Amino acid sequence: MHEMSLAENMLQLIEEAASEQKFTQVKTVWLEVGQLACVEKESLRFYFDVVTHDSIAQQARLEIIEIAGQGLCNQCHQAVLIASHYEACPHCGSYALQITQGDGMQIKELEVE
Amino acid sequence: MCTTCGCGIGQTRLNGKSIQLRRHSDKPLNYRPPGQDILHSHAHDPIPVDADHASETIHFGTGIAGTHAPGMSQARMVRIERDILAKNNHYAGENRRYLSEQGILALNLVSSPGSGKTTLLVKTIQMLRGKLPIAVIEGDQQTDHDAARIRATGVPAIQINTGKGCHLDAHMVGHAMQQLPLQDNSLLFIENVGNLVCPSGFDLGEAHKVVILSVTEGEDKPLKYPDMFHAAGLMLLNKCDLLPYLTFDVDLAIEYAHRIHPALPVIQISATQGTGMPAWMDWIEAECRRTAVAKHTLKSTDQTLG
Repeated sequence: MHEMSLAENMLQLIEEAASEQKFTQVKTVWLEVGQLACVEKESLRFYFDVVTHDSIAQQARLEIIEIAGQGLCNQCHQAVLIASHYEACPHCGSYALQITQGDGMQIKELEVE
Repeated sequence: MCTTCGCGIGQTRLNGKSIQLRRHSDKPLNYRPPGQDILHSHAHDPIPVDADHASETIHFGTGIAGTHAPGMSQARMVRIERDILAKNNHYAGENRRYLSEQGILALNLVSSPGSGKTTLLVKTIQMLRGKLPIAVIEGDQQTDHDAARIRATGVPAIQINTGKGCHLDAHMVGHAMQQLPLQDNSLLFIENVGNLVCPSGFDLGEAHKVVILSVTEGEDKPLKYPDMFHAAGLMLLNKCDLLPYLTFDVDLAIEYAHRIHPALPVIQISATQGTGMPAWMDWIEAECRRTAVAKHTLKSTDQTLG
């Protein structure tokens, strides 16, 4: 459900960018979503369509770039790729991983007219 | 429902009164035609999922961003690189700054529905009464039942009804903070909407999220809903008085929570019987002292700079 709020936030950022960068139509939105971010991509796509109806981003294509989850193992100090919060370090089996990447969501760029 | 974008925010209520939480522009957006292309580089892109090495960076030059030819159409690329939670985080930062300047410890209580958050809150208030001023922000989709339960203890409470919304956000909490009589050096409890998923991503400006897991739920809730346990600063294992009647494995639940968040402190309590509550009081009082020290440090820094 919170994907609707996220989609609204996206539209706000796009509208702010439109006012700063002077454009009237958004054709494509490139969004980076971390694997560990608390967001369901399909749900976000659905709400993005709903929220952008009759807006500057109406019918904009949403391109989602999935960013790998990455952590640093506190025990063996190796950088590891992880797909979820409950994964153990593949090298030493420790669960004490510090997330270093892949828990955020960011609009990267827009194709606009 | 909001008529501008169709969102559910229009149903958000503060103590039953409608508030405008999102400002939509009434005017259509009118902008000048686009100018020249904006140069962009991909030097700092993070690693996408299909990368095969943790330290390798892959460049996203293959999409339209890399192939678009200027002059062919009016289309252009605009690089904005903004976090989609930036707005909420901005409001959360404002709340946090106000709270720390006033020496107020804010705790965001999060859990599934039915874990005993409100009962815990009522008992906690009864135990802390007379020691320090307390205020409460209650979040639910509908009704002000919880705020009424809190007010019955003699503590001021504001009810936020989120309507169709599934979580509190920092803007709603900022509004509620303005309406509450918040005293300096006090304690503010924010009881979030009963939901183990959505509230994890929304910073309200609190010092800590306190996640409540009750022993009538499954031991594997931390694994099923990892984001919340990852975001929490304390876990309370509630309804422990019922353990003799259940097959709940306490050690396993704590082990699962520590897989998600290795340093997460856990206190076993029963809000109704009072067991473990002194340890929870000690934790709150230690955090209050920490907040007071931080306020003092903040003031001396301001004076030095001023």
